[in-house]
Amino acid sequence: MITDFGRVLIFLIVGVVFVAGGLIVAWLLRPNRPYPSKLATYECGEVPVGDTRVRFNVRFYVVALIFLIFDVEVVFLFPWAVVYKNLGWFAFIEMLVFLGMLAVGYAYVWRKGDLDWDKPAPKVPRYEKGIGVQETRMTEEEIAV
Amino acid sequence: MEIPLSYYLCLSVVLFVVGVAGVLTRRNAIVVFMCIELMLNSVNLTLIAFSSFLGSITGQALVFFAMAVAAAEAAVGLAIVIAIYRNKRTVDIDKINILKW
Amino acid sequence: MQLFDVVFYVFALITILSGCVVVFSKNIIYAAFSLLFTFFGVAALYVLLHADFLAVTQILIYVGGILVLLLFGVMLTNNVISVEMKTGTIQAIPALIIVAIVAGTLAGLSYSTWKGVAVPAPGGPQTTTGTLGQMLMTSYVIPFEIASVVLLVALIGAAMTARRHRNS
Repeated sequence: MITDFGRVLIFLIVGVVFVAGGLIVAWLLRPNRPYPSKLATYECGEVPVGDTRVRFNVRFYVVALIFLIFDVEVVFLFPWAVVYKNLGWFAFIEMLVFLGMLAVGYAYVWRKGDLDWDKPAPKVPRYEKGIGVQETRMTEEEIAV
Repeated sequence: MEIPLSYYLCLSVVLFVVGVAGVLTRRNAIVVFMCIELMLNSVNLTLIAFSSFLGSITGQALVFFAMAVAAAEAAVGLAIVIAIYRNKRTVDIDKINILKW
Repeated sequence: MQLFDVVFYVFALITILSGCVVVFSKNIIYAAFSLLFTFFGVAALYVLLHADFLAVTQILIYVGGILVLLLFGVMLTNNVISVEMKTGTIQAIPALIIVAIVAGTLAGLSYSTWKGVAVPAPGGPQTTTGTLGQMLMTSYVIPFEIASVVLLVALIGAAMTARRHRNS
């Protein structure tokens, strides 16, 4: 006898074995001849600039935060959906109040502009006669959190 | 042969103690945050173990609400960490001592 | 039933080992990814305790939400110039004493249940989603609505705190 979560466990094991097995077999079979440009991070053929772990824009955090709150809201919907048929209107009103409360938060972040992603203004390289193209770099203030 | 209740309790004791050790010794505020999540998880595990062994589902309802509050706590806590970072340029809890007497 | 025991021990081991990595790893990225395994291990233990809905909830909220938020927190608070991901430790000796006290108290408490009243083992597989929903809608209506207020306040408060103020 195998339960539903037993199947999930089998899937997990098969997934891990599949990936790990592929990596191990490839590691055993492949020749090992590294050189710097082979070891470099692949960046569509460009020479990679800087480190991967640069600091992100704070807007990513705000979006992740909004996602988390509405994630929890969706989790609350599941048990409600299971019993909705038995309880009828009462459960409907309850959930309407719940969703209405969070809709206030949604309206707030929308109104305050946390959802719109402001595009960085393109910086056109200044061309002046005789000087050539001016280097344009972001200032420290522009990349601050 | 079922796993007895005390095994689950021992597991959550270990998890909780590991979390306490992390909160007391680490300096990065975000790692301290992760350790708090560990402790929260161990407490949830205890609640579910008792709820399951006592045959009552009330503990599970409690854990459900605890998870919702944990999500809110993580959101606000990390926002505070980011606000502190913006002002002081550090998340080292040794250097964030402006409220300490 | 032997298989059940093996699954328990494997997931207990995964949970504790990855929890230790979270606490003792010097690299904050390793700590964050190790937390993923802790959350998964705890979710698996929930399944073994017949709390199937909460196991899925654990993965949805903790792995899908809180861990992502933590990773963004890590990415937001390291320096642009010098990438400082390593973190040190402080006060090892006092911390050790407090940890020993906490561990002793909790271990003593759980030892007292070791040979305590015989508790019935969990029953057979059953789904808890419907029962939980019934409870949420009947006896826990007020906490259910208050949860929405908590989430609303958290959303507004955190968005306001984290937002970048343009004028400053």
